[in-house]
Amino acid sequence: MLRYAGRRLLAAIPLLFVVPLLVFILIDRAPGDQAVVLAGENPTPERIASIREQLGLDDPLIVRYFDWVVHAIRGDLGTSLLSDQRVIDLLLRRMATTMSLVLVAMVMAVLVGAVLAILSAMRPGGFFDRFINWAASVAIAIPAFWFGLVLASLFAVTYQIFPPFGYQPMSEGFGTWLSYLVLPGIALGLLPAAEVALQLRSALGQVLKTDYVLNAEAKGLSRPTIVMKHGLKNAAIPVITVLGFRVAEVLAGSVTIEIVYNMPGLGQLAVDSVQNRDIPVLLGFVLFSTIVVVLVNLLVDISYGYFNPKVRS
Amino acid sequence: MTEQEVDPRFPDPGDTPVGEVPGPDAEPELPTRPGILRSILRRRSTVVAAVFILLLIVVALAAPLLAPYDPTEQDLLIRLQGPSGAHWLGTDDYGRDALSRLIYGSRVSLWAGLQATGVALILGLPLGVLAGFYGRWLNVLLTRIMDAMMSTPSLVLAITIVAVLGGGITNAMLAIGLVMTPRFFRVARAGTMDVRHETYIEASIALGCSTWRTAVRHILPNVLPPIVLVISVSLGTAVSAEASLSFLGLGVVEPTPSWGSMLKTASSNMSLAPYLVWPPGIMIFLTVLAFTYLGDGVRRALTRSRSGRQD
Amino acid sequence: MDLAKNRDVAASDTVPATAKDSAPEAVSGAERPTPLLDVRDVSVEFPTAGRDWVTSVQNVSFQLMPGESMALVGESGSGKTVTSLAVMGLTEATGGRLSSGSVTFDGNELTGRPAKEWRKVRGPGMGMIFQQPIRSLNPAYTVGDQIAESVRKHLGLSRRQAEAKSVEMLEMVQIPRAAERAKEYPHAFSGGMCQRVMIAMVMACNPRLLIADEPTTALDVTVQETILDLLRDVQQQTGVALLFISHDLAVVAEICQRVAVMYAGEVIESAPAVDLFFRPQHPYSSGLLASIPRPGLSVDRRLRTIPGGIPAPGTWPAGCRFAPRCEFAQSGRCDTTHPPLDVVSTGGLSRCLRADELALDGVVT
Repeated sequence: MLRYAGRRLLAAIPLLFVVPLLVFILIDRAPGDQAVVLAGENPTPERIASIREQLGLDDPLIVRYFDWVVHAIRGDLGTSLLSDQRVIDLLLRRMATTMSLVLVAMVMAVLVGAVLAILSAMRPGGFFDRFINWAASVAIAIPAFWFGLVLASLFAVTYQIFPPFGYQPMSEGFGTWLSYLVLPGIALGLLPAAEVALQLRSALGQVLKTDYVLNAEAKGLSRPTIVMKHGLKNAAIPVITVLGFRVAEVLAGSVTIEIVYNMPGLGQLAVDSVQNRDIPVLLGFVLFSTIVVVLVNLLVDISYGYFNPKVRS
Repeated sequence: MTEQEVDPRFPDPGDTPVGEVPGPDAEPELPTRPGILRSILRRRSTVVAAVFILLLIVVALAAPLLAPYDPTEQDLLIRLQGPSGAHWLGTDDYGRDALSRLIYGSRVSLWAGLQATGVALILGLPLGVLAGFYGRWLNVLLTRIMDAMMSTPSLVLAITIVAVLGGGITNAMLAIGLVMTPRFFRVARAGTMDVRHETYIEASIALGCSTWRTAVRHILPNVLPPIVLVISVSLGTAVSAEASLSFLGLGVVEPTPSWGSMLKTASSNMSLAPYLVWPPGIMIFLTVLAFTYLGDGVRRALTRSRSGRQD
Repeated sequence: MDLAKNRDVAASDTVPATAKDSAPEAVSGAERPTPLLDVRDVSVEFPTAGRDWVTSVQNVSFQLMPGESMALVGESGSGKTVTSLAVMGLTEATGGRLSSGSVTFDGNELTGRPAKEWRKVRGPGMGMIFQQPIRSLNPAYTVGDQIAESVRKHLGLSRRQAEAKSVEMLEMVQIPRAAERAKEYPHAFSGGMCQRVMIAMVMACNPRLLIADEPTTALDVTVQETILDLLRDVQQQTGVALLFISHDLAVVAEICQRVAVMYAGEVIESAPAVDLFFRPQHPYSSGLLASIPRPGLSVDRRLRTIPGGIPAPGTWPAGCRFAPRCEFAQSGRCDTTHPPLDVVSTGGLSRCLRADELALDGVVT
């Protein structure tokens, strides 16, 4: 099992190097002199030269890339062009906000999606089943950031149930922390919740047709036991796979949600860095996203071992 | 236990990913090939989706005729006014007419969707056919690259591309197009590999037909039907992505109206003008939904006609 | 094969009453013990692609006494599995519906009762083992866990007691190193071992009726015999009644006292095993017997097959359903009149208009 996980990790590591390389190539191919563009309006020659120096633009692409990689492995992602702060510090400071948001959204999505799918599967083809199927397929078309705006407008501005904007760390108390995350969490979690509901319902539909479920019926087990015990564990695998892919998208979605709710997270940092062409920060953000994706995929692979005993042996 | 295989107690709504509206029109039909269009239009939801998209196209084309005001004309005296007889959807923080901006916004959305999908199609389809046809190292290399692209968060990739190329709608849509390329690549590659070793293709290569000819005459017909589905879904994705990027200020440049940038305005004036939030969001939602339903209708019609051909 | 010994028990053959065919005869119920299982006029329908319902089992009736073993025999598509699932109350779970008839178990009519009451009978009342033992076990749980869950539910045992019980049951079905193997997952078991686990699982609740649906068909030939031996042992030890579903009369001969032959959704002959084997009263039964491979016979006599195939539900002929394949069929008679299931000269039941005219071949010894 551990060897299996190790192998998966090894296979994923090249991704960590390839994605930044793509960014380097893109920057290199971009039209115009990078340093002049970065220096902004009315640049002084000194400013241009300093940026050129800082980005090592005089070196060939491959040298710059390896230079960045060597530093990155040591935990040094360079300094922001905008604020002269270390990129790694910027990322670490804002990471908690984004991770909290993503975590709340995913937990909400899995819980809501699973409950809806299970209830639907209790009576296949029933009214609830059909309704949830319809509602989930419609919900997939709702843009997350707009849903966030609507929720904020309704429950934070018009009816002031939740704090409208910003974020408080967990050190301010769990309730406070959560109250700032409920609305953005729902907004971000809607899409994955709908997908979990559809996927799990579909997987349960397949599993509930199997011989072992018929056997469970023949044993006189109750319907909830059959669906929850014999159905769920076997139906989980395709859902986990989809969920793994989804984490990357939820992470991407957190960018717009952070802007909507004015949360000081990585998404805001990324948008700022793009607007200011702060390449070191952007590279750091890309690397961070890639690491998260790799780790989540690893987690997914490991979880297969729990859900499918065959993988373990 | 053969009797168990026919098992209608499990209609498996989840099997159909999107747009399953149970109705009397769900019985299996086996149309002949010319009947595909009719078969697509048999489902009510597909017809409604198609009509919506057609209307949207008409609105986009006839925007100057339909819009009551110039969408960029500012009038600071009437800023942030609620819906009224003169301004049906109210005005924004520059006093611009929200309805006119909504109407003109459909141009940006549709054009953006076409651009992004076009980029993805032009890159993904040939590369996919190439990878599936030649196989070997080229297949491995291209598949690896596409997999890497797929596992990067799409918006992160798009943001990076915008950061490098600069903002503006064309760059933004180039970015979204690149992000969607793997979808087309995968479908094209799978469709090619399906038929690659069929005798008629081996034969046409053996007969000395040029590879190019073989690809166009024999492989494309097998690849195109699933591509049509991907196109429809991608149009929806692109519309949604354009809105996201414009909302972040990385898409359209002010004062060009776009549904995403209208939501940006709504976001910063939420307490004074909550009515601004609704129309652009509903339009994005309906457009994405219409493209998904249309794609789903096409997919059903294609699977049906295909099972029909296999006697 | 000790068929003669079975004769006495076989005499308890009952006369089923079918709705249209024959009025319920005045069976002197008082002097007879209540049957453990009483299936009357059961018809089952399944939906077709066009949303119509098509009958796949029609007016099937039979009884089973406590401790008795009976076989339902027929080719695939004859409706034997559908019938057994109807007995278990699993018709709806497999997408069908009961369009008529009743199932009475141990004096309680179960037809039309809520699912909850059925679930109380399944397990401690009757259990079922299936044709595909590997697919019938949940791959995600250990076999011990899957045995334990029934006994915890039905016998109210604690977790630890249930674990002990599952090991005990695995020992009973002669699985070596039972305590260790209980902790293993189904994928570590062979087909034959899985069927043993299934038997252990069903017998753990001490049911009074065991339904075995083609329990050896999917197994290796070498393993089939050991599973049959095990079933026979289990029956002797526990006195459980056995409803054995099979397409193979040779297998049935080893294990059952009574046989009901099914064809195209109905019972066409029902008799004590010995009678059926030596004096079949329906041309179809005779044909099935002739198709049993027997070593030592000349090639031309070794394997006779009945020409044609079983008609699918919905395409049943109006007269005798076997008539199109029957070498004895008379046009104008067999193809127009649907024969009732009637008592014939041997005392058994046959659904053949010419049963008393024909002298059909039985097993050639």
